[in-house]
Amino acid sequence: MTAVRFQVAAISAALALCTAISSPALAQKKYDSGASDTEIKIGNIMPYSGPASAYAAIGKTEEAYFNKINAEGGINGRKIKFISYDDGYSPPKTVEQARKLVESDNVLLIFGSIGTSTNGAIRKYMNEKKVPQLFVASGASKWNDPRQYPWTMGWQPSYASEARIYAKYIMKAKPDGKIGVLYQNDDFGKDYLKGLKDGLGAKASMIVLEDGYDTSEPAIDEHVVKLKASGADVFISITTPKFAAQAIKKAAEINWHPVHIISNVSASVGGVLEPAGLEISQGILSASYTKDGSDPQWNADDGMKKFYKFLAQYDPKANKLDAGVVFGYAAAQTMVKVLQMCGDELTHENVMKQAAHLKDFEPDTLLPGIKINTAADNFAPIEQLQMMRFKGRKWELFGDIISSELGH
Amino acid sequence: MSAAEDVVTEAPAVEAVPKRAMTLGTGTSLVVLAALLIAPVFVKNFIIFQMTMLLIYGLAVLALNILTGGSGQFSLGQSAFYAVGAYTTAVLMEHFNINYALTLPIAGVVCFGFGFLFGQPALRLSGVYLALATFALATAMPQLLKLNFLEHWTGGVQGLVVTKPDAPFGLPMSQDMWLYYFTLVVVIAIYIFSVNLLRSRSGRAFMAIRDNEIAASAMGVDVALYKTLAFGVSAAITGIAGSLGAIAVQFVAPDSYTITLAISLFLGMVVGGVGWLPGSIIGAAFIIFVPNMAEGISKGLSGAVFGVLLFLVIYLVPHGARQVAILGQQLAGKLRKN
Repeated sequence: MTAVRFQVAAISAALALCTAISSPALAQKKYDSGASDTEIKIGNIMPYSGPASAYAAIGKTEEAYFNKINAEGGINGRKIKFISYDDGYSPPKTVEQARKLVESDNVLLIFGSIGTSTNGAIRKYMNEKKVPQLFVASGASKWNDPRQYPWTMGWQPSYASEARIYAKYIMKAKPDGKIGVLYQNDDFGKDYLKGLKDGLGAKASMIVLEDGYDTSEPAIDEHVVKLKASGADVFISITTPKFAAQAIKKAAEINWHPVHIISNVSASVGGVLEPAGLEISQGILSASYTKDGSDPQWNADDGMKKFYKFLAQYDPKANKLDAGVVFGYAAAQTMVKVLQMCGDELTHENVMKQAAHLKDFEPDTLLPGIKINTAADNFAPIEQLQMMRFKGRKWELFGDIISSELGH
Repeated sequence: MSAAEDVVTEAPAVEAVPKRAMTLGTGTSLVVLAALLIAPVFVKNFIIFQMTMLLIYGLAVLALNILTGGSGQFSLGQSAFYAVGAYTTAVLMEHFNINYALTLPIAGVVCFGFGFLFGQPALRLSGVYLALATFALATAMPQLLKLNFLEHWTGGVQGLVVTKPDAPFGLPMSQDMWLYYFTLVVVIAIYIFSVNLLRSRSGRAFMAIRDNEIAASAMGVDVALYKTLAFGVSAAITGIAGSLGAIAVQFVAPDSYTITLAISLFLGMVVGGVGWLPGSIIGAAFIIFVPNMAEGISKGLSGAVFGVLLFLVIYLVPHGARQVAILGQQLAGKLRKN
């Protein structure tokens, strides 16, 4: 009897052991269309042709990065198949390509597609299909809306986040300043302005004048004169490159020397500050979240060393001065991180769940200290930036990394 | 004036197409119709969506074909009418909760008015000058849609999301399939209307103006009226195509209706054969599928590959699909004799 009982106990123990070993493995190996034991299919839509084809560098870098991951053995033994289509930056074409990716190529998710209206065109479709639309490459703040669109997530800091950071900086550095805002009268400018006001909160009365301009205006000189007359001593220029340069020139011409902040969009040395004049651009402020691929200060940086090595080996034709290359590298790295976190459960649902559980992730090409954090109610991965000041011929970072979260 | 006229009259684009050669024979029409009816049953929803877009672009090319092939006027501004139709539908559906089917005639009427008005300057311009004037319309349209005081309705740069209709009466078919058949019915109705229009008194007046304006007016054709009328009809059909496009794509934004669209439609017309109405659908297939093919051949050089393909088509069959169809017919005739 005892022997039998012992046997039973042994068997049940063995069984328990077996289930303990095998069941998690069985339970974990779950696939939705687009994933298998050997492969993960990732869809992507890029403007390889058309007016925005300069952004195609992002897609090419992402493809090269996935090639590198595959050459190193893939993700948990699975190779990434990156299917990237051209939409020419035209929303109806984006819809066609997204449907092709989801219904014909059966991808696990769509990653890093570019543009505000192009992604806007497929957001509803992706959410109806419950296929993840991850790390949208657009600065609009509408991608952070998990309650209404639980299958769509942004990546880069939104315009509103960036504006909130300027608000924080001004409240600290110039608490009794009078702010004059020049903004572009479109979704970009309005997103920004709203962020600025949110950031200032109760102190929104610091803004003495907000002046909008339309992109159809040939010059914005009058607006700058008006802002000077308002008595503002902080000038926030929410402008695209051409107008940012005009504003810098005009301010110098009328001898107005406020604390001058320009948006990250226009923080290009070659495209804005040089044409406006390097001398009069000294001391201008802006903010950034990526390392500058052409800045020698990063030569000894571990992350950038990896980045340069990657470029040499997998993407030798890429132009490291192109901000899109640095951007694509970091975005692809975030994607790989999420897929690694998914383990053997490669379902649409788990991909979204893991994407919303990123904790202090630091891609190689983001500024030191900038960490990607997401949560079930926070679909805005990057929310920190660092202030920078233009000095000599380049930007100098200063101060701490600032978070754009309100009330911190 | 006369130099420009010469250029235009020499171009094959306004070559006189006899009105009977503008359509297909009854037998062929029925075969094509049957194919269009049955095909969706066997394919995936994505392909059905592509077929719907094919019909919609086909309709827009047909509209241009009536204008250019019928009345001999050029337009590079069709994207503007397409946009007005699309926005009319989107705004009516999303802000006023009007049934999608009812928005089509409204869009048609709005675009007819718009096209008729725009047809006024067309009276004074001809050939390349008219093409330029309409070109200006096409480039202006995306910016007009972004205007501030319209933003409340149009959604500005962000655009508007349109809800896709379900099949009515509980029919057991997907949204895509329902929309396909709905589009097919609209397209066939407009096709029949267009064929009859071109065979009617008005159609003959259009063609008389195309072939020789002075002779037409000498025969008593009210040139001014018929020219603007052609613009109006063409705009109305393009607008309806735009409405259908907005419903199928479920989204409208200014970026969707740039000059590229207008040029694509123009391209579709030339490839399909100017003045040959059935060619519209072939032209539409060219502008939808050939860029995809070109992308498949080379991603970085897709534009160049597309250019080469287009060049080959124009070089080998300058009259487009119509020429291929005629060759086919002659070949069939020979075989029958043997």
